[in-house]
Amino acid sequence: MTKKLMKTDSPKTRVARRQFIFDSARMACGVGMLGLGLGLYAKQAKALPALALRPPGALPEDDFLGACIRCGLCVRDCPYNTLELAKPEMPVATGTPYFTARNIPCEMCEDIPCVKACPTQALDHALTDINKSKMGIAVLIDHETCLNFLGLRCDVCYRVCPVIDKAITLEMVSNQRTGRHAMFLPTVHSEHCTGCGKCEKSCVLEEAAIRVLPPKLAQGALGKHYRLGWEEQKKAGRSLLDESKMLDLPDRLPEGTSLPGHYDPASGQTAPPARDGSGSQGGVMPSLPPGLGGKP
Amino acid sequence: MNTRRTGAEAVAEKGWLRAHKWLILRRISQFGILALFLLGPLAGIWVVKGNLNYSYTLNVLPLTDPYVALQSLATGRVPEKLGLIGVAIVLVFYFLVGGRSFCSWVCPVNIVTDAAGWLRQRLGIKGSVHLARQTRYWILGMTLVGSALTGVVLWELINPVSMLHRGLIFGLGAAWTVVLAVFLFDLFVMSRGWCGHLCPVGAFYSLLGRWSPVRVAAPRRAACNDCMDCFEVCPEPQVIRPALKGESRGVGPVILAANCTNCGRCVDVCSKDVFSYGLRFNNPASTGGTPPAPGEAR
Repeated sequence: MTKKLMKTDSPKTRVARRQFIFDSARMACGVGMLGLGLGLYAKQAKALPALALRPPGALPEDDFLGACIRCGLCVRDCPYNTLELAKPEMPVATGTPYFTARNIPCEMCEDIPCVKACPTQALDHALTDINKSKMGIAVLIDHETCLNFLGLRCDVCYRVCPVIDKAITLEMVSNQRTGRHAMFLPTVHSEHCTGCGKCEKSCVLEEAAIRVLPPKLAQGALGKHYRLGWEEQKKAGRSLLDESKMLDLPDRLPEGTSLPGHYDPASGQTAPPARDGSGSQGGVMPSLPPGLGGKP
Repeated sequence: MNTRRTGAEAVAEKGWLRAHKWLILRRISQFGILALFLLGPLAGIWVVKGNLNYSYTLNVLPLTDPYVALQSLATGRVPEKLGLIGVAIVLVFYFLVGGRSFCSWVCPVNIVTDAAGWLRQRLGIKGSVHLARQTRYWILGMTLVGSALTGVVLWELINPVSMLHRGLIFGLGAAWTVVLAVFLFDLFVMSRGWCGHLCPVGAFYSLLGRWSPVRVAAPRRAACNDCMDCFEVCPEPQVIRPALKGESRGVGPVILAANCTNCGRCVDVCSKDVFSYGLRFNNPASTGGTPPAPGEAR
C-alpha cells in the first residue's frame, strides 16, 4: 500500500507483516491437511486387490501409479474388452486400467496393442514378447475342490493354457483313495506362466480352484544365501566337495543287503566299492523295497 | 436492492443472441469436444481415443495434459515419445490462446460450476465462505511435492475434472457424487469456489498462460457506464478492474491477469461493447480517445 521507505517499521507494516505470516500459516496448514489426507489415500491406493490384474508389461504397482496418466488408451486398444478403468468407488486407484481374470482374461495378443498404445512407461514398451509378460501367476489354490485332485480328468485349465505343457503341466501321481488309479495334478510353473488368467476364467467350478495372483502373494522365496547343491554341482561340472573326505554317517540297510562302499555298523565292515559300475548286481540294494514293484 | 437480471441491458441493447454469443460458442466448444470423445464409445466412430489426460486423435495427434505429466515427472517417470509430443503441443497451444482457455472452453467441470454460479445468482444466495484465491497455487504446489513424496500421480486420485470427463467416456461409477459435491460447494458454500479458488488444474493453466498473447481487453472502457454486469458474470472478477478502471493510473485496457479464463462473458454482457478479444501487445496506457459507444452514453 505505502511505498514509503522507512528505517524502522511503522506499526502498520508490522501488523500487515503479522497478518501475512498468519495468513500464510493458515494456508500452509489447510493445504497441508489436504495433502496429508491425499498422501494417506495414495498409500491405500497402492494396495491393489489380489484379483485385480494390471495389463501386460505393467510396472510394479508402486511405479505404475506414478507413471500411468489414466488416459485409457490401453483399454481402447484391447480387442477383447479385457481392460477397464477403475471407477472412484473401486479399491483400485481411480482411472487406472485393470482386469479381472474370472470375467475376461487376457488373450495374449502377439502384437500387444495395449502396451503399444500406452503414452507413458506405465506399460513397459520393452515387452515385445507376450509370453514374457508377468501379469500374475496362476496358483491351483484349492486342492480340495479341484476335480483333478479328486481323481477326475477335468484338465480344462491345462487345455486352455496358451503356454500349455510349459506353464501348466499335468503331473501323474497315484490315487491313494482308489489305490489303483492315477491323478493328473495341474501344476503351474512360474517361469512360464504369464498370468493371463485363461485357466481361472475357464475353471469349471462355481468358484475357480485355480486363480491368478500377484507374484508377491503367489510365490515363496529362498533365502538369498541358499545354494541348491545339485544345481551348483551341475554348473561346476563336478562336486564342489572332495567326496573322498566326505563323512558318511552310518545308516541301517535291510538285512542281508549291502551297498558298495557302504559302512555297515552292525558288522563293522565296509562293503567293497562297486566295480564296472554295476551296483545292482548280486545281492546288493534293490531299487525298491521288497514287495513294492520291481520284478514280478 | 436491484432486482434486474445481470445482462438484461445487453440483451435489450444487442439482442439475445449477440448478448450470449461467446457463451453459446463456449458451450458448443465444450459439448463438441465431449461429443468427439463420446463418438467412439457410443457410435463406434473413433475420431478421438482417451480422455483429457491424454488423447490420440485420428491416430496422428497426441495431446497430453501437461499438469498430469508434470505430476508423473515429479514421481520420476518420463512419458514415452507420443506422450511427450502431446505435452509439447498442448503447452504451445494454451500458451498461445491463453492458459485458462482450457477452463472455459474445454473443461467439463466448468459447465457444472457455471450452472452452480447461475443458480446461486438466480436464488439470490449471498453468503460465501472467504478463502484466498491463491489457495489453488498452494494446492498445485502440494500436489507436485506430494507426487514426488508418494510416488503416485497425486491429484488424479481425486481430480473432479478428469473423473467427470473420464467417467462420461469410460463409465461414471460414483464419480457423479464428486461432481455433485463440487456443484453444491459452489452453490451453497463458496461463490465460484472450485474453479476460482481451489482447482490446481486451473492454477497450472493460469501459470502457463501468464504471458499468453490472446487476451480479453476493454479498449472502449471510456464508454463504461458502471453497470457492474461484467463483474457480476465474471468467474474471476478481480482481473477486470485494473484494465477497466486503469485509465487514471496509466494502466492499459488489456486484461493481463493470468486467471482471466478468456471466457468472453464480459464481452457478451456489456451493453456498451466495452470489451473485446485482442492481443496483449495492443495495450496503450491511455484509451481516452476512444469514441463513445453506439447509442446514447449515460
